[in-house]
Amino acid sequence: MTELTAAPGEAAVAHAFAAPPAQWRLLLRKPTFIIGAAVLLFWLMCAIFGHLIAPLDPLAQQLLAKNTGPSGAHLFGTDSLGRDVLSRVIVGARDILLIAPLATLLGVVCGTAIGLAMGYFGGVIDVVLGRVVEAVLALPVVIVAFLFIVAVGPSSLTLIIVVGFIFTPLIARTVRTAVLVESQLDYLSSARLLGERPGYIMFAEILPNVLPVIVVEFTVRLGYAIFAVATLSFLGFGVQQPTPDWGGDIAANYGLLGAGYWWETLFPALAIASLVMALNLVTDSIEQVISS
Amino acid sequence: MTEAVSAGPTLAVDHLEVTYRVRGQDRPVVRDVSFQVGRRESYGLVGESGSGKSTIALALTRYLARNGRVSGGSIRINGLDPLAMSGAKLRDLRARTVSMVYQEPGRALNPSMKAGRQIAEVFEIAGLDRDAALGHAQDMLRKVQIADIGRVMNAYPHELSGGMAQRVVIAMALAAEPSLLILDEPTTALDATVEAEILDLVAGLREEMDTTVLFISHNLAVVAKMCNRVGVLYAGELVEEGPADEVFEASRHPYTVGLLRCIPRRGQRKDHGRLDAIPGFLPQPGRTVTGCIFAERCSLAIAECREASPPAFDVGLEHTARCYRHTEAAELPRTELPTTGLLASGPADVSLGAGGSPLVEPIVTIKSLSKTFGSGETSVRALTSVNMSILRGETLGLVGESGSGKTTLARALLGLTQPDQGSVLEFDGQPLAAGLRGRPIDQLKDLQIVFQNPDSALNRRRSVRWLISQPLRRLAGLSGSRLTERLNDLVRSVRMEQRHLSLRPGQLSGGLKQRVAIARAFGGGPRLVVCDEPTSALDVSVQAAILNLLADLQAKEQVTYLFISHDLGVVRYLSDRIAVLYLGRLLELGPAELVFGGPHHPYTEALLSAVPSLDGQRSERIKLAGEIPSAANPPSGCVFHTRCPRRLPTGVCESIEPPLTEVEPGHLISCHIPIDQLRELQGNAARKS
Repeated sequence: MTELTAAPGEAAVAHAFAAPPAQWRLLLRKPTFIIGAAVLLFWLMCAIFGHLIAPLDPLAQQLLAKNTGPSGAHLFGTDSLGRDVLSRVIVGARDILLIAPLATLLGVVCGTAIGLAMGYFGGVIDVVLGRVVEAVLALPVVIVAFLFIVAVGPSSLTLIIVVGFIFTPLIARTVRTAVLVESQLDYLSSARLLGERPGYIMFAEILPNVLPVIVVEFTVRLGYAIFAVATLSFLGFGVQQPTPDWGGDIAANYGLLGAGYWWETLFPALAIASLVMALNLVTDSIEQVISS
Repeated sequence: MTEAVSAGPTLAVDHLEVTYRVRGQDRPVVRDVSFQVGRRESYGLVGESGSGKSTIALALTRYLARNGRVSGGSIRINGLDPLAMSGAKLRDLRARTVSMVYQEPGRALNPSMKAGRQIAEVFEIAGLDRDAALGHAQDMLRKVQIADIGRVMNAYPHELSGGMAQRVVIAMALAAEPSLLILDEPTTALDATVEAEILDLVAGLREEMDTTVLFISHNLAVVAKMCNRVGVLYAGELVEEGPADEVFEASRHPYTVGLLRCIPRRGQRKDHGRLDAIPGFLPQPGRTVTGCIFAERCSLAIAECREASPPAFDVGLEHTARCYRHTEAAELPRTELPTTGLLASGPADVSLGAGGSPLVEPIVTIKSLSKTFGSGETSVRALTSVNMSILRGETLGLVGESGSGKTTLARALLGLTQPDQGSVLEFDGQPLAAGLRGRPIDQLKDLQIVFQNPDSALNRRRSVRWLISQPLRRLAGLSGSRLTERLNDLVRSVRMEQRHLSLRPGQLSGGLKQRVAIARAFGGGPRLVVCDEPTSALDVSVQAAILNLLADLQAKEQVTYLFISHDLGVVRYLSDRIAVLYLGRLLELGPAELVFGGPHHPYTEALLSAVPSLDGQRSERIKLAGEIPSAANPPSGCVFHTRCPRRLPTGVCESIEPPLTEVEPGHLISCHIPIDQLRELQGNAARKS
């Protein structure tokens, strides 16, 4: 019942300079974004053209040349089965870069739908869905994932569903908050006065306005998804050997660290770290541009 | 002015230039501003948003945002230069010499600290011990005329009403006995009756404490009332400066002349003629303009104006205007010619029908409309059995302070809020369902709204074309070429251009945004449009154009308006009848001339007298005692009795709620005092002044 009376102050001046379309062009001026995007692009190329780029066949075993250190023939050395580590790292980008984004997308789509419904309808729907979300959040993630994978059997699809399911409540909560802010605005009343249905209002009116939040949420979650997929692979629930995979390769070789064969573990680990870091750099820049 | 200037001015601003750095580019937002405020003087800076008035205030105490800097000119406060001060000296200046009061008292106070402690802190900084400081804080609260000092001392800011919080802020500002007090829109967020009290308080304290005041406001009438000298800012330049009465009565700059003509005054009404508006828009802040900054909107502009920036011409005693044509400024051509009778829209004289029976049947009937928010002990009654009707083709003005239930009434009528059981709403003889879901598409089409804030009412991710097409598609059922045709019609009738269609709301000015909102409301061919404070978020020069547009559309489309506003001048200009709400109850209803002319309900009387006016002195102000009571716990009997200056001594006001009775044909008042007695009392008050 408060009344906003006249006189927008000088804040309006500063605001007048900000034209929305120019915002995205600002991204290209940020060095953090450029670096992050370059690394990301590199791994994407590896994922798509991995077999063409890789110097050797990642599956070819050379039992005479196992556990050899980095050299001219094998830049990253070879593993315990004599496979070229560099080739395995390059080709190993494929599965993780397929599974993690799809899993995140699944979580974002489900989470957005649930968050929109909770924020827009409020009341009983909000309370009931809110309890479900809390219940899912309260479950220990790893145990849920194990149970699911053990029951269904490990596969890429299982990984996508598990990680998407874990992300859904987190994203739903974030989207709900953003929708609540929008619910205060009159354009929703205006749409209702045109006789629009709730579904239309949620997806055609509110969704475009909370999209920036969802974009940021997607990129943040993608970083976590890569960790999650790599972890599950490491634990043996993800991509199965001998398919090259960073998490799986670390698991297969970390026992040999003590013997001094560090390259077999370090390079796949560096690959994971560089991918997540690149994603974080991109996310940070996008967040800054959106909030400026 | 007076000879008090002898000791040197308290504030001297000389050729001040302030620049904001945005995206690597310097944008000057204040250019070549010079003025002086002498000791004990009260100087007013007026201007629309973007004129740079707050920027100047911030520059004075070096509170500019990080990307802002003073890029030229000088500032002297008591002869000292704040721009050259070191950290410690600057702190001292802010603590002892200059105090500021901002628009939002709620944001100026620390929410986690009791009001008393916050005031005492000022004294502690000055070196007093805790107990003495608290004692002084109490004295300060007494000075700002707070009755219940004990309660306010121990209250947290959220427990105080807006007016009370602003008093506390003023007490804090004055505690250090500053030599300069800067008030930046101190009453803009407050209700009219509270605003009047705060203004009286500031005026009184200024006399009592010998403070020099710099008063910043967009409201010309407030500045006229409070200040002896004024400076008019336009797009970062001081275009006219001089004694307040001269600037407002004999303006010598076309911008000032135009601005004053934008305000509905002296009982001006829509059927007598449209308001003058200033054509064009404020230039983009920071844009460099060769020649006079106002030239492109000025109908007096000549070639010279576009070539070189005009110097400040002396046009009277200490009165300057930056205009080459200052001698002709007063003859600025009118943008709207006065017409008589031609523009009479709707049933202008309906309500004067003989015997109180209106000649035109009602389009909306509201019977015992109530709305309770919440339930049980925490419930708040926003509306209590309101009965009224809205006549076909008229404009019903809905007036009242915040919390009076105006918006709730409108939302219930529109179906956005479910009224309580037993409330009856009828539109054109047909019952209106309580919620939107129960209403057929025809009723949705009939009732539309223009919201207060277009930023909130327009989806910022959609283009203007989409926004205006949507009601045509949904309500009028148009598509294809017929939709385009109607869209172009609408765009033309709200006086927008084709090029605006592809833009998003964020790329439009406030006035254009409101035009999009109006086009949306009229898209489905409504028969009743609720206008909920449609101009309160807009600048004065834009407000006039929007009011004209609303009046034109009404004449053309024969729509009925329910017009909600706290600005009585605006309501009077547009309305045929007025309804006055207080704490969710209808206190008065009648033709605009009768409600404004009196005799009226004591509350209406107080509201009218609280509004500062540009038309010289009006009758003595009727002071309202105390605060607006909480709607959660309304007073017994007549809800207004706690603040009523004309309360009857018999005690009837406290115990019995007066019925709404017809005191004159078509004029209803809810008051125990007989109409003849009201006429006598209010006639006397008017004569006394």
